[in-house]
Amino acid sequence: MQRPVADVVAEAGYDDPPERVGFFTDTSVCIGCKACEVACKEWNALPGDVSGDSWASGAASLSAAPPDALALTGMSYDNTGQLGADSWRHVAFIEQQVPAGHGTALALADDVAESDGTRWLMASDVCKHCTHAACLDVCPTGALVRTEFGTVIVQPDICNGCAYCVSACPFGVIDRREDDGRAWKCTMCYDRLRGGLEPACAKACPTDSIQFGPLDELRAAAAARLDELHEAGEASARLYGEDPDDGIGGAAAFFLLLDEPEVYGLPPDPVVTTRDLAAMWRWAGGAAAMLAAGTVAVFARSRV
Amino acid sequence: MNADCIVIAGSNMAECHPVAFQWVTEAKRRGATVIHVDPRFTRTSALASKYVPVRAGSDIVFLGALVNHVLSGGHEFRDYVTAYTNAADMLPDEFTDTEDGGGVFSGYDPHTRTYDNSSWQPTGERDLTLTHPRCVFQVLKRHFARYTPDLVERACGIEPRDFAAIADAVVANSGRERTTAWVYAVGWTQHTTGVQHIRTAAILQLLLGNMGRPGGGILALRGHASIQGSTDIPTLFHLLPGYLPMPAADDADLNGYLTRLPDTGFWGNKRAYMVSLLKAWFGDAATTGNDFCFDRLPRITGEHGTYRTVLDMIDGKVKGYFLMGQNPAVGSAGARLQRLAMANLDWLVVRDLTLIESATFWRDGPEIATGELATEQIATEVFFLPAASHVEKDGTFTNTQRMLQWHHKALDPPGDARSELWFMYHLGKKIRARLAGSGITEDAVLDLTWDYPEVGEHADPDASAVLREINGTGPDGRALDGFAQLAADGSTACGCWIYSGCYGGGENQTARRVPWQQQSWVAPQWGWAWPANRRILYNRASADPAGKPWSEKKAYVWWDAEAGSWTGHDVPDFERSKPPGFSPEPGASGPMALGGSDPFIMMHDGKGALFVPSGLVDGPLPAHYEPAESPVGNAVYKQGASPVSELYPEHKMTRDQLAPGPSEPAGLVYPYVLTTYRLTEHHTAGGMSRTLSRLAELQPEMFCEVSPALAAARGLENGGWATIVSARAAIEARVLVTRRIRPLRLPGEGVIHQVGLPYHWGGNGLVTGDSANDLLPFALDPNVFIQESKVATCDIRPGRRPRGAALDVLVAKYRHSAGLPDLPDNRPGGGVS
Repeated sequence: MQRPVADVVAEAGYDDPPERVGFFTDTSVCIGCKACEVACKEWNALPGDVSGDSWASGAASLSAAPPDALALTGMSYDNTGQLGADSWRHVAFIEQQVPAGHGTALALADDVAESDGTRWLMASDVCKHCTHAACLDVCPTGALVRTEFGTVIVQPDICNGCAYCVSACPFGVIDRREDDGRAWKCTMCYDRLRGGLEPACAKACPTDSIQFGPLDELRAAAAARLDELHEAGEASARLYGEDPDDGIGGAAAFFLLLDEPEVYGLPPDPVVTTRDLAAMWRWAGGAAAMLAAGTVAVFARSRV
Repeated sequence: MNADCIVIAGSNMAECHPVAFQWVTEAKRRGATVIHVDPRFTRTSALASKYVPVRAGSDIVFLGALVNHVLSGGHEFRDYVTAYTNAADMLPDEFTDTEDGGGVFSGYDPHTRTYDNSSWQPTGERDLTLTHPRCVFQVLKRHFARYTPDLVERACGIEPRDFAAIADAVVANSGRERTTAWVYAVGWTQHTTGVQHIRTAAILQLLLGNMGRPGGGILALRGHASIQGSTDIPTLFHLLPGYLPMPAADDADLNGYLTRLPDTGFWGNKRAYMVSLLKAWFGDAATTGNDFCFDRLPRITGEHGTYRTVLDMIDGKVKGYFLMGQNPAVGSAGARLQRLAMANLDWLVVRDLTLIESATFWRDGPEIATGELATEQIATEVFFLPAASHVEKDGTFTNTQRMLQWHHKALDPPGDARSELWFMYHLGKKIRARLAGSGITEDAVLDLTWDYPEVGEHADPDASAVLREINGTGPDGRALDGFAQLAADGSTACGCWIYSGCYGGGENQTARRVPWQQQSWVAPQWGWAWPANRRILYNRASADPAGKPWSEKKAYVWWDAEAGSWTGHDVPDFERSKPPGFSPEPGASGPMALGGSDPFIMMHDGKGALFVPSGLVDGPLPAHYEPAESPVGNAVYKQGASPVSELYPEHKMTRDQLAPGPSEPAGLVYPYVLTTYRLTEHHTAGGMSRTLSRLAELQPEMFCEVSPALAAARGLENGGWATIVSARAAIEARVLVTRRIRPLRLPGEGVIHQVGLPYHWGGNGLVTGDSANDLLPFALDPNVFIQESKVATCDIRPGRRPRGAALDVLVAKYRHSAGLPDLPDNRPGGGVS
């Protein structure tokens, strides 16, 4: 199962499919504007955490504390928290103390408490659309499918809400919606792709931090950008998810990060959770066979 | 994008102008150094090559020290400075500088708090060697001599090595081969010394030869969509379209009025601009015989800025108020006074997308909660009229880069919502119908041309017809191609002379969207930029006095001797056929009074102004003054705050509005600096974002940003509540403790703590919270009457604020400690006036 796949689309059975497409999210130019989050919700008609218009008809009271759902998280500027059924893009904000001279950091005098430098990392996370997609492997209804673009989507009219995919995803991307129980995640704007448009998040991104295109071209662009940053002295810059030899066979949505993946809440070495499934079944099968053989033997002996 | 170095100061460009910021990221990718100077480490700092924290309100010290660095080190672009600026102008003996006047210039009257600028006028002589002690260059040198890195450390909290790094980067990236751009926004303007911040940057850029050249300049990032447009075709009380001054009460006739503008340079054609404007407005009614209806224009009698108007409302002098896309109950400084003022009106019309706080203050504003106002006692009749959003109407935006961009209506507005254009047009029609039946025959409103084609079921006036009127038409009724065609005899009509050409050739030039791949790198076919579709103003300065580019790398426009014409990548900002060696006849007027190497063609002398003898009321050179409220004294001059800022000390509501200064006995009651700002996630006063769930959820609560050191000192917890108290009000906010806010150590003054406060919240919408603007005073720049909302003083304490009348008690307690009297109230009926 964990082998490089030359053409995941062809392997899925499509004749003469379009080029496999993906996202290259270059976090070094992300300004944390969250336009991707908003554009995604607008296009895909995902609900916001706050809704209704009761405020318009009645007097809102300043003395009432906002309900918990609307509270500031206190985690830098991130009030989305994580990817979920209604948040298919999530911008992480990581405030770091780094030695002076790194990034935009600079030192302050020792007698001022904060004598270190600051770095503020921002990164827009999304479904990786894995080459080896565990969600797709475990889906019992066929709701999860590989599209002709190489992306992985949930068909909401088929999903029965079993949630196998939720626990299968190595990134914690897929989530069930509380009200209808079905699983939801990024479709890479399948409808837009069908119409020849780029996904909403990439379209809205003002700094081209989110780039969309044929995966081969994105990988080449990412490699060039990485070289550029290394030459500029950003030694910690690295690509994440671009390698077809990694544990998920390479992601169609991959990233340029400025620190370890864990810093951004990403698993350092993701592995498709169904990698060992065949072996597990083999072992389980073997064990069952031995058990059966033993039982037969016992009965056979008792006959004697 | 063509800059080698970009310094962003007084702006949080990545957060507030994310779309424009893409070009900064592109420039950085091409190798440019990006420097961010700001009181807070923001999303802009995160992307910068270098970030330097600065104390809010100390920018003139920082910029002045850069000027001093350039002048004392001989780093100025000497050829540029000598030829293109007024550095050689000689000043009279009577002029005395702040250095000799204890912090004020000659001509100051402490009783009226105003300047008489007669001693600032140049003598007419010039010293091209720039060595005479009374020439502008030498005066400038002496003026800024004490603005040293040491002073920068003491006043701004910037360490000498950081200052040196910035100075080195700016100097190394200026000159013939390289250019540096400066970027500012309201972080520079919203101060009592706002205009002088930009002046200091202008001096620096002129000295370094960074004006009129690709990758140079000073970018004024405007607050939101089409704010540039709202100064070009102004909503300002003192201007007519195209920066013509608003007539004053003592302007008896057109001739007298026109003497207020220069005779030389391109303002020399002022009569053509003004007469064409009057023809556009009054049509056939405007004739040579009646001074083109000049007497139909309203007159101003003094300052009528928004804050003066609010005080006039409190005094009962202003009876009615239109709010169109403005939410002063949340978005204007001293928001309590804004609400009290609106509660004292006869009528108020609010046109907005949703029921903003300014439309509902009478039933649920903070003063209702404290009992200061009671709904049944407010007599204001409030009309709420739903407005169409920008996607529901045709029209243009004019943004930062002076570019007009047409937007097409995408769908009909819902229900009764209508565009502003519809509203003003039909309001005008109704008023005209009433007047027509009243027996009044002579009236400015009746004389107006008011005849736009109506389209659609709601009879919307055709926006492109309005744009065509703004562009101007000739005697044959055809659209003009530019302001050069405007005539002073009444044969042309033009609604805004600088916009003339936007409908050139009878086509809507602002709707052009030719992809960048299909045109030159200057992209002249994307929208239309005023004036004359020029993308860089004063671009004659991109060539040397002989008309040759300063360098091949930075070539932009140049003189083609063979063709006898200026040419280049952009539309030359110069008369096409005027050769570089042209010298004007004595006594010439208009553009012909300027020489062939005078690039600053809107100035009377064609020179960039290092020294400004007239036009500014607070001095010909920038000088550092502390903000109206500051925890520290002025490290440069004896004079503390600006001697001429507008504080309305005569009005009861504003007389005792300021916290005491640091030298006064009660000076530490409000020990911290507060600064207000916006976040990417919300739109100004929140009317367009707090009402939409997909935006509101991104920043769901009002918060303050404090450093860990201040949090520890005041017992504040991340995610907990804090109450922020100023001499005007107290508000509450969630606490965000972050190392992005840094305490600044000022040698001699100790550690200065700054508190960050976004100002988006109010009582209405999906997410609500207290308004930071409640905390601010009415303290204004005296030139343009913008409020000082980037710096004031406060205290911060843990926990939520008191409810009801107890809130006023808390504010009063602080005021008593500070030696201030109780805040005057303004209960309608029991009035102040």
